[in-house]
Amino acid sequence: MVTKKSAVARPVRTTEHSEFGKIPSGIKGLDEITGGGLPKGRPALVSGGPGCGKTLFAMEFIARGISDYGDPGVFIAFEEKIDDLKRNFLSMGFDLADLVKKKKLVLDHIAIDRSEIEETGEYDLEGLFIRLGSMIDAVGAKRVAIDTLEALFSGFSNEAILRSELRRLFLWLKDRGVTAVVTGERGDRTITKYGLEEYVADCVITLDHRVTNQIATRRLRIVKYRGSIHGTDEYPFLISSDGISVLPITSISLVHPASDERISSGIPRLDTMLGGKGFYRGSSILVSGQAGTGKTSIAATFVYAAAKRGERCLFFIFEESESQFRRNMKSIGMDFEPLVKKGLIRFHAVRPTAYSLEMHLSMMLKLIDGFRPRVVAVDPISNLYPIGDDIQVRSMLMRLIDYAKSLQITGLFTNLSNDRETGAYGLEPTEMHVSSLMDAWLILKNVEGNGERNRAFSIIKARGIAHSNQLREFVLTGKGIQLLDVYKGSEGVLFGSARIAQEKREIAERLWKNEEIERKQRELDSKRKLMENEIALLRQKFAREEDEMRILIGQDVSRQKEAVKTMKEIATQRREDR
Amino acid sequence: MAPEGKKAPGRNLHDREHEPEDAWILRLYVAGQTPNSLTAFENLKNICEKHLDCRYRIEVIDLLKNPQLAKDHQIVAIPTLIRKLPTPVKKIIGNLSNTEKVLVGLDLRKVT
Repeated sequence: MVTKKSAVARPVRTTEHSEFGKIPSGIKGLDEITGGGLPKGRPALVSGGPGCGKTLFAMEFIARGISDYGDPGVFIAFEEKIDDLKRNFLSMGFDLADLVKKKKLVLDHIAIDRSEIEETGEYDLEGLFIRLGSMIDAVGAKRVAIDTLEALFSGFSNEAILRSELRRLFLWLKDRGVTAVVTGERGDRTITKYGLEEYVADCVITLDHRVTNQIATRRLRIVKYRGSIHGTDEYPFLISSDGISVLPITSISLVHPASDERISSGIPRLDTMLGGKGFYRGSSILVSGQAGTGKTSIAATFVYAAAKRGERCLFFIFEESESQFRRNMKSIGMDFEPLVKKGLIRFHAVRPTAYSLEMHLSMMLKLIDGFRPRVVAVDPISNLYPIGDDIQVRSMLMRLIDYAKSLQITGLFTNLSNDRETGAYGLEPTEMHVSSLMDAWLILKNVEGNGERNRAFSIIKARGIAHSNQLREFVLTGKGIQLLDVYKGSEGVLFGSARIAQEKREIAERLWKNEEIERKQRELDSKRKLMENEIALLRQKFAREEDEMRILIGQDVSRQKEAVKTMKEIATQRREDR
Repeated sequence: MAPEGKKAPGRNLHDREHEPEDAWILRLYVAGQTPNSLTAFENLKNICEKHLDCRYRIEVIDLLKNPQLAKDHQIVAIPTLIRKLPTPVKKIIGNLSNTEKVLVGLDLRKVT
């Protein structure tokens, strides 16, 4: 990562409107705040109390300047011995001895005698300049660090001479075209004990190490940065095994791109409840509930589904070890092993009380920054409360969520609610506080009744989604989380065995009804048969009567015929003489 | 002016082997021929002549010519005068105008 080397620097002219060039500071997160780094070719003052990280700051400026930007550097230590420096920084991943060997770094210790040296007349500090000059020339240094310049004040008592030489030094550094970081000890009422800030007009940074509520927090503040816009906040920073990390700035305004994309919760029927599509990408989701309600399982399911979609996930576990977590989740059908192997999911299990809130935040942001996941889960955030007060935890979460949103990362956070049954959902102030940061909120409940407890949840809110407000029962099966059908009894929605009983009742009812219908059907059939029989009988009777009638009529007719015939015969017989 | 490394008058080069064992060796670090350096050298010569009675050797080291020595000998202020012998090593800074302080610093009070 070698940037092109600048041409030989000439003294920068200071005008009110000049645009100072900037040089990357090598401090993680600082360049974002300063808009590019430190003023190029000019001295920057870093002040702070003992143990604040000044020496580290100066050294990172130099060491990263070499390794990341190809700028040779010079480090002058007034107080630490060279071997100490080498040893201390080796543990941070800086092999100073190697850099010296490669002629990229000159590391020098300037001893200032603390004991009284007789000052016998006028003098100057030309020896310092000579040494500095030869060091810079030896490697063609572009960066210089002096730690700490105020040591001079303990070695020489003529302040007038000292101050005049300091003034000369800063001009000299500018003339040489090097960018210098000079450290100074924090003063009581001044930025540095001896007022070095008077000579450094361009950039003054203070480092702070405060202890509040027994939590140590480190903060960086840019007191002066001429010619540039910079945030005026104090920025928390962290010192970890690879140096200083300044936390990224939270957005000054709530300008996050809002995504339209929806992602599955991992539970299809829950997606249905969420307007049919699931959560918005980049949203913040809170899953809260009392102990044993299934929060971790829900979080795991969400993450599992995302990883299966090929999205990188980062899971912060504050409650148990990673292996315990994975074992538990395996029992409900989620095997994270192959996903971890593919690098799609990374777990980070930490005991919360081990670090301060700021440190946690820094670590998390660093990990997010390095891994660039699309989904982040934190389980549970409630384990952070012992470390700070409500406001601090909320502030930390706000920054975390902010950062995630700026990268369109969807965040799922679980929260353990207290066992207090206050109100319908057992809500409590801390939860209310945090919930306002969240776009969606699921509350998990154990529903008691009939002498048993069953799991249920409901969606309290889901911004921008027409969500169901049902209280749904769910179970943890070997195949994962399953939402169950809703059954309503006369008292409302039923759960657990009551639900099962109701289910059975309904089935039985249906069966009975079917039987009834069949029975009635059979009845009708037999009635019809009867009716048909009767009709047949009637027909027969009628037919018989018809026959009889016919016979009678026939007989009658034949009698009449006979009668006529007889009359005719008689008439014939009688030849009727009438 | 005293060039680098040369001995001051008061002791002849050729008399080196006759240097008394308790001879003082004084080293004056300068950075070029600045007014302070010149003054310092003059003052030093005078003091030595007055108090050390030829039992001394002054070495002048010009750091502009030998910048490496600034680091090796840990010199910050200019001029710096170091008494190498007799031990213990003594160090004073300044152009040596304050004779009293020079004498105290070099521990010359005791020597006559």
